[in-house]
Amino acid sequence: MSGPSTYVPKSGIEKWLDSRLPIIRLANDSFVDYPTPRNLNYWWTFGGILTVMLVTMIITGIILAMHYVANTELAFSSVEHIMRDVNFGWLIRYAHANGASMFFLAVYIHMYRGLYYGSYKDPREVLWILGVLIFLLMMATAFLGYTLPWGQMSFWGATVITNLFAAIPIVGESIQTWLWGGFAVDNPTLNRFFSLHYLLPFVIFGVVVLHVWALHVPGNNNPLGVPVKSPKDTLPFHPYYTVKDGFAIAVFFTLYAFFIFFAPNVLGHSDNYIPANPLVTPSHIVPEWYLLPFYAILRSIPDKLIGVVAMFSAIMVMFFVPWLDTSKVRSGRFRPIFKLFFWLLVLATVTLGWVGSQPPEGLPVLLGRIATAYYFSYFLIFLPVIGLVEKPSPVPESIAKAVLPQGGAAVAGAAHAPPTK
Amino acid sequence: MGKRVRNDNDRGPAPRGGLNMLQSRHHTRVRGRLAALASGLLSLAAVQPALASGDAMPPKEIEWSFEGPLGTFERPALQRGFQVFKEVCASCHSLKYVTFGNLDDEGGPGFTTAEAKALAGEYQKDGLDDSGEIKEIPRTMADTLPDPYANEKAARAANGGALPPDLSVITKAREEGPNYVYSLLTGYSDPPADVEMRAGMNYNPYFTGHQIGMPAPLTPDRVTYADGTPATVEQEAHDVVTFLHWAAEPKLEARKRTGLTVMIYLVLLSVLLYWAKSRIWRDAH
Amino acid sequence: MAEVHSDDVTRRDFLYIATGAFTAVGAGFAAWPLVDQMNPAANVLAVSTTEVDLTPVEEGQIITVMWQGKPVFVRHRTPKEIDEAKAVDVSDLRDSGAENDNLKDAKALATDDNRTMKPEWLIVTGICTHLGCVPLGHQGDFDGWFCPCHGSHYDTAGRIRKGPAPKNLHIPVYKFTTDTSVLIG
Repeated sequence: MSGPSTYVPKSGIEKWLDSRLPIIRLANDSFVDYPTPRNLNYWWTFGGILTVMLVTMIITGIILAMHYVANTELAFSSVEHIMRDVNFGWLIRYAHANGASMFFLAVYIHMYRGLYYGSYKDPREVLWILGVLIFLLMMATAFLGYTLPWGQMSFWGATVITNLFAAIPIVGESIQTWLWGGFAVDNPTLNRFFSLHYLLPFVIFGVVVLHVWALHVPGNNNPLGVPVKSPKDTLPFHPYYTVKDGFAIAVFFTLYAFFIFFAPNVLGHSDNYIPANPLVTPSHIVPEWYLLPFYAILRSIPDKLIGVVAMFSAIMVMFFVPWLDTSKVRSGRFRPIFKLFFWLLVLATVTLGWVGSQPPEGLPVLLGRIATAYYFSYFLIFLPVIGLVEKPSPVPESIAKAVLPQGGAAVAGAAHAPPTK
Repeated sequence: MGKRVRNDNDRGPAPRGGLNMLQSRHHTRVRGRLAALASGLLSLAAVQPALASGDAMPPKEIEWSFEGPLGTFERPALQRGFQVFKEVCASCHSLKYVTFGNLDDEGGPGFTTAEAKALAGEYQKDGLDDSGEIKEIPRTMADTLPDPYANEKAARAANGGALPPDLSVITKAREEGPNYVYSLLTGYSDPPADVEMRAGMNYNPYFTGHQIGMPAPLTPDRVTYADGTPATVEQEAHDVVTFLHWAAEPKLEARKRTGLTVMIYLVLLSVLLYWAKSRIWRDAH
Repeated sequence: MAEVHSDDVTRRDFLYIATGAFTAVGAGFAAWPLVDQMNPAANVLAVSTTEVDLTPVEEGQIITVMWQGKPVFVRHRTPKEIDEAKAVDVSDLRDSGAENDNLKDAKALATDDNRTMKPEWLIVTGICTHLGCVPLGHQGDFDGWFCPCHGSHYDTAGRIRKGPAPKNLHIPVYKFTTDTSVLIG
């Protein structure tokens, strides 16, 4: 981790433990005395929010798994059993379903923060790649989880996505049959999806540990993109960022609670309250909102195989962002041309989300193609080119100079702690 | 997969033609033609009858007592609605996730335990006598209303091929469910001159395709309310939809009550945490 | 560094403590549903009674019915079995308590009267009070039940007479809805 450990074990037990398994030391160095840039804004609270959401989803998920039955005959009924009979089952179910939406809302904000402030750049490339990996795992987990209630959208969404695998040349159909465990989405599919849905969040948890580790080696980025040069630039994580993250989490949970208690089904699809019927296709098959941009990219290409390739490429291209962006300046704050293109990317993503929710004809098709073209151009053309031709605004010398009065001259060398009791 | 069979759910076949934008207040609304893509991907032989302007009319907008953050169910409406369900709907529709025991639950129609038990006893179910032969025994609080048909085939045979869906979650299984069901029940009319009705179908503009297998189930005074409320079609529809929404969301009242407390708590917590944060950060800036 | 006033300290302390306490209280209320969900669900509680038709149970016969997932013995006792049960001196019993949920007095003694409502019908939970096996009827040295797991013997009133079991077979709440029908639970 950055800098030497400041932990001094005091009691006998602390010393005993520290010499055998320095876990308190690790916690202290990572989350208490950890020097954090003093100028982080609220966009930086989403990492903490995401951690809380992951834990929430795991807890509610494990509880649901105590009552859910992964069998096509019983799945839908078992969810109704949870909603009606299990004490607070309705609360846990709605918390889990809406929690997925909140989880993705937070992850999109977190990712776009990274894109704007250049958090993916040297030396944080691995941190970024781990993040994209977490995003991929989240999408897989969400897809698997959505099939479990075995409603119409569960079944047909699973059918559509597993059908995509047939597009792979030569081995596609074998892979499809292997995934299904049969000749269509059916009970073997549901059972294995349940097992994998239970597994993946723990894989996510492991990658999150690596992600935080990869963050703590170089330390956090900050809105100025200027590296930490002296202790004047930082504050200890506790109490400054623990309390700030705590506040952000409370606000986030207020929004979360609104959905759970007052609009628990508005982000979902009413068709999923119809039990799955392999003989009747719903008039509109749509994934949950957080997968819509990728669904739109898939549908914007008329050819099935190329559409599938495009959809996966849309995620794969993110892995390469650290090398696609040629700019020497890290933060978008000082990059006027980049800023414009970045916000256009946000617009394109939102547009793709809307397009994904519409029937594929008329205006949505046109907009979808334009937005898809822009999306790929951003990563493959604009990021490399802008970095080379742009004239950035002047970048501050240090965080302290930019943020503290008199450039931090009045501050003593060590990281500033708040007045103690 | 095989040929598309006649639609199970009461939506009817998906309509063709035109940009299918159903008006709605929900911004996540989706409507229409994704089946085309899905069918293509699935290589299904999609059999979609061509219907000119078969879009369902947007549902009537009714104010329901259970809407809004402080919404509750009107107890008398629930009881009348149960009566409508029992006397009209239950002859073709099952309600398999609601037990007689739910009728005396908090936040529900408010029958007493004795009343619920008596209601249960009005219905029979199969039990076994001591020689293992099937005999009829009365239903208990743990049982549901009986399924009107022995199996799906029997249900279809009795309804011209259509399958009356279970109604336990119907108001959640349709967009703007309560308004939709209400509009459907009160929306039957004579078909316009230019519409050719298929055999056995009934005209209802609130149904996709405008032709629905279910004949108009509600008529004035179809039931006689114990509390003397005039049983107009609108009243019967209002009451049965209220009941059906309770059947779909029996925990609605508890959910909203708890939600109010939780939201207030979280707002206060946010204020406290912001205060603490400002204090701690005061000397850092 | 700002000067620390004693006023500031108390007010600041109070704020942090109040916030911490408020958070903890909320966390507690949030944790309750996560725990309570494992308690019996509504559908489990709904089947908490079992109705038993006594007409086919002949004199001398024992039937076993399921109640709340457990076996319950319903025994139509013969006059001989009734007399044997009544002849026992309660002070000779290992467990002198009636173990009968239908009695208000928790200290009631295990007389035969306290173990039945109608003398010819004995209704006891069919779970050995030793380690939970299901005893076998019409067996054992006391004509009642014998548990094959570790050799406990129960008499014709379901009371433990020999063997390792500490208590008499438990009597659940029941009532006669008619002369020939019993509701358990």
